[in-house]
Amino acid sequence: MSDRPMSERLSVFKTYKLYVGGRFPRSESGRVYEVTGSKDGNWLANAPLSSRKDARDAVVAARKAFGGWAGATAYNRGQVLYRVAEMLEGRRSQFTREVAEAEGLSKAKAAALVDLSVDRLVWYAGWTDKIAQIAGGANPVAGPFFNLSTPEPTGVVAVLAPQESSLLGLVSVVAPVIATGNTAVVVASERSPLPALSFGEVLATSDVPGGVVNVLSGRTAEIAPTLASHMDVNALDLTGADAELATGLEVAAADNLKRVLRPRTGEDFAATPGTDRLTAFLETKTVWHTTGSLGASGSSY
Amino acid sequence: MSTTPSPTHALTDVAASDASLRRFLHGLPGVDPVGLEARAAALGTRSIKTTAKAYALDLAISMVDLTTLEGADTPGKVRALGAKAVLPDPTDRTAPSTAAVCVYPDLVEVAKAAVAGSSVKVASVATAFPAGRAPLEVKLADVRAAVAAGADEVDMVIDRGAFLAGHYLKVYEEITAVKEACGGAARLKVIFETGELSTYDNIRRASWLAMLAGADFIKTSTGKVAVNATPANTLLMLQAVREFRDRTGVQIGVKPAGGIRTAKDAVKFLVIVNETAGPDWLDNHWFRFGASSLLNDLLMQRQKLATGRYSGPDYVTVD
Repeated sequence: MSDRPMSERLSVFKTYKLYVGGRFPRSESGRVYEVTGSKDGNWLANAPLSSRKDARDAVVAARKAFGGWAGATAYNRGQVLYRVAEMLEGRRSQFTREVAEAEGLSKAKAAALVDLSVDRLVWYAGWTDKIAQIAGGANPVAGPFFNLSTPEPTGVVAVLAPQESSLLGLVSVVAPVIATGNTAVVVASERSPLPALSFGEVLATSDVPGGVVNVLSGRTAEIAPTLASHMDVNALDLTGADAELATGLEVAAADNLKRVLRPRTGEDFAATPGTDRLTAFLETKTVWHTTGSLGASGSSY
Repeated sequence: MSTTPSPTHALTDVAASDASLRRFLHGLPGVDPVGLEARAAALGTRSIKTTAKAYALDLAISMVDLTTLEGADTPGKVRALGAKAVLPDPTDRTAPSTAAVCVYPDLVEVAKAAVAGSSVKVASVATAFPAGRAPLEVKLADVRAAVAAGADEVDMVIDRGAFLAGHYLKVYEEITAVKEACGGAARLKVIFETGELSTYDNIRRASWLAMLAGADFIKTSTGKVAVNATPANTLLMLQAVREFRDRTGVQIGVKPAGGIRTAKDAVKFLVIVNETAGPDWLDNHWFRFGASSLLNDLLMQRQKLATGRYSGPDYVTVD
């Protein structure tokens, strides 16, 4: 065997699959579409072409995972996110190649984007147990009460990942959603879904409970309306939708009063993100608690 | 037990003695398990869409025996369940009522009051459900109490120990005694606990035994063991009731119970009913689902069909 030249080795092509509920299914419809390189138009791989039933299954998985993930301590979620960063770092060369092919970049530029993606995960990992301090706190009220506001996750968030930035953009929209305890159904970039589908493998090997993030690939305009009108989806991130699609989706989302994050033009995913995306999918719970018995001279506080 | 009035038909003499009953039951053709499961699986692949699906969903809702059989059942929970059985979807009054609510005997009165004035019946489990391990007198007292409290239907469990030991006449006489205790007032459903009968041959024998003894319904299981209703064992029981009607002219109902949780599963069962026993059984007088969470999924699917958007658990009641 050893004298056989390497060129005779059969190529092993990767079957890209969806990531739903911690598993890697094909599309229920059995459909795939051809993904080509951004620069030369070469065929890269077939990606699953998700149907509305895949979207429904993903929402069911995300709902099932929500209780456990929202109930995990913020500290624990931070550790899990940091673990995702570690796993992504370990696959640096694979993602560099995939991002370079997907976005038509040089090796060096693609590697820089992968590094930024890892850094972004670490950044959000640090925020998990700190966001409550800046988004919540004690409110001064005119009465014998402690009045506390605390941020709570919204629920299942449908995320349309950015179309151009296949990995950094994806990480930049998904990490803040799950950092705060939401679960996500992500529709990957339609043109460049491969890094997103591989990112599902990173999530699967990094202590993220199955169903917390679900990755679908396919036609954004086909999958998004199902998610936007789904009564069991609580919020919608429209980053990856064009203006016309976004308007229709926002209308559909009104049925059960979803929180909607509108697409912003020219969002720079390389810049330090700030906390906007963290607070976008939080709801504020306010608790009134009596301070105890009132003395003859009034409140003991 | 010769005084027990047993149904008269072509097979009346079969239960004359333990030996003749055994001869009859062991003379039934053996079941081909591979063929049975393949047939059940093949029927499960039918695609039921649009108007047929709407029909199937409403039919399935009307066939649900909405069940709560927990040690922690309270009168409040049973009242809530009764209200849900009468009006499953308060936002859509076109949704049909379920067939019945199914409770323990001591809660029959509460259930009866909760569904008063509607078409919903009250079924009560009895005979030391779910194990059935009690003296006959205790079992009969259990049945009489349920019937006296107003139960329209009684779900009894057979003595699996006696059945597996081959004491078929003992099982037969127990069923006839319970049937007598039901009087004319209540329909009798006989539960086999198919998960404990080990073989398909045993399920076929149990089906014939119960039908000979005067069961109005044969029911797969209690929902309290690991394996409950499956498409294959339900198909087998549907074959039995079809053949029983062919030979005696008496129609018997079938009730799979336990483990049917999704609308998709329920529709598969309906296909099996239609293809095996025939459309005569597509009515809640002859076919039931013993279930609790199934109803919510049926209602969510119904809402999806009506509005075009997927519904969620926030829009149905939590039991």
